[in-house]
Amino acid sequence: MCEMSEEYRESAPKGPPPPRLGTGDQKCVKCKEGLPVVVIRAGDAFCRDCFKALYVHKFRAMLGKSRLIFPGEKVLLAWSGGPSSSSMVWQVLEGLSRDSAKRLRFVPGVVYIDEGAACGQSPEDRARTLAEVKLALQTTGFPWHAVALEEVFSLPPSALRCSAQEAAGTEGAYKAAVDSFLQQQHALGTNGVERQSQHCAQDPQSPTGPPTTAQTQALSRLFDSVKTLTAKEELLQTLRTHLILHVARNHGYSKVMTGDSCTRLAIKLMTSLALGRGAFLAWDTGFSDERHGDVVVVRPMREHTLKEVAFYNRLFAVPSICTPALDTKAPEKASIHRLMEAFILRLQAQFPSTVSTVYRTSEKLVKAPRAGCAAGPRCLLCMCTLDVDTADSATAFGAQTSHLPQMQTPVTQARAAAGPCCCAGMGGAPGCCKREDPRAQVMEQLCYGCRVNMKDLPSLELLPPYILSEAQLRSQRATAEQEIREYLLGDSEDEAGTGES
Amino acid sequence: MAAPLSVEVEFGGGAELLFDGVKKHQVTLPGQEEPWDIRSLLVWIKKNLLKERPELFIQGDSVRPGILVLVNDADWELLGELDYQLQDQDSVLFISTLHGG
Repeated sequence: MCEMSEEYRESAPKGPPPPRLGTGDQKCVKCKEGLPVVVIRAGDAFCRDCFKALYVHKFRAMLGKSRLIFPGEKVLLAWSGGPSSSSMVWQVLEGLSRDSAKRLRFVPGVVYIDEGAACGQSPEDRARTLAEVKLALQTTGFPWHAVALEEVFSLPPSALRCSAQEAAGTEGAYKAAVDSFLQQQHALGTNGVERQSQHCAQDPQSPTGPPTTAQTQALSRLFDSVKTLTAKEELLQTLRTHLILHVARNHGYSKVMTGDSCTRLAIKLMTSLALGRGAFLAWDTGFSDERHGDVVVVRPMREHTLKEVAFYNRLFAVPSICTPALDTKAPEKASIHRLMEAFILRLQAQFPSTVSTVYRTSEKLVKAPRAGCAAGPRCLLCMCTLDVDTADSATAFGAQTSHLPQMQTPVTQARAAAGPCCCAGMGGAPGCCKREDPRAQVMEQLCYGCRVNMKDLPSLELLPPYILSEAQLRSQRATAEQEIREYLLGDSEDEAGTGES
Repeated sequence: MAAPLSVEVEFGGGAELLFDGVKKHQVTLPGQEEPWDIRSLLVWIKKNLLKERPELFIQGDSVRPGILVLVNDADWELLGELDYQLQDQDSVLFISTLHGG
């Protein structure tokens, strides 16, 4: 069971194609005895038991070989109710109930985000779903947090700050994880104990309680204002991620596990490319995503295809809850996400190694921000390092950004650009024109992909306050830094510099 | 002439939303000249059970890529896919793995 590598896939018996009709003469490729029930990869038929063993092994191997999750570490399982994340929660449940040698040793909790308002569900439907969700959460026995997406309206701006170090490369990430684990242990030793015992099990609702009608309305207004389904999907994903991270930080979780399957990741990779997020593919689709610094997102289901997940859930009665999503019943060309999904799955139907080929590509991507950008500013929304290249005016990104004031441009250049409109004659602060326009203020802090996406939001004022105030804060900070720099450089710009500070 | 068959047709993973949200359907397939196979079952489903947007369930003469078919809890790829001949009391399950069902 241990040869999970590519040779194993490649060397799978390809010989005579499996008999097409009747199961009588066909045996499981693994044990050569059992009656096969599922065909995975290119024509490998597995019996129920061998399939289960393979499935469980993949999950544990994924966690084991990455060496990212430490004993005793608090891990938040992001559960949507869908098949993959349900299967993940189930795997963890099973893993924790095993005998001591093989037991998973981290401390899990589950978070559920109720996205009903964004998807236009009626209050009655939402209440029904939530009741079902809570019942399912209670049966896991894990601490759980059911949070309404509306809570993004009460997030603090600090939710967008990337605390602490981001480790570069896997080795650094490993060290960072060790550090956070040690801190964790320390915290548990002192005040963490009562925090852990008090949280959730009996008081699962966050202190703010159910969302207010005003918040629900604000959220639906925001989503209604978005012009395309593509942008809606992206916005929903952004807000959901912020909320999950906030929950994780508030409750001391240092890892978040999401249930992205390999099929989903292959689709996501192609979608991200189409959305202009090519620079961040490694973070968006890799096993671990360290962009948030203190909380690392991991994707332990990334070796499982959706077919395997669906079969496992069916054969072993893993419960899942089907809630309508943004794109439920949407036609195939309704969004880039939808289109990419249809494209990949249709290719997969004809060429069974499509998904694995795309997925393997994502595995080979290396997380290396452009030289000199690693410590630079982050995208306000997706938190990736902004790889702004001011000199690169030939690309779409360059063309898009050239008219926006750059935070990194040398002072003189910035002043030259800003000079005529606000500093000259008016005696105003430098950069006042960009501060006047909140849209430009937000836009200049986004990566290319998020900028393109925000174009479909006619009014940014509908965004939750934490995003707007953080944008303002950052922009003020940038201006202040610039002023200080001006002051230090002094001399030729003496009058302007001293006058304003 | 094939005799009428009684089969259970089930939808999951969100596919049931195209069938008025009903997951399990106990159906009787009328007797016909040709034996019933999955191909003809799909035609029958499209005509008799499917409530809306057939293109989200059926493409060509098969199911849309991303929808899995299980016959008596076994992968239909083991059974000849569209050519599998239905037996009386078979259960056929369609699971959507598509985003949003």
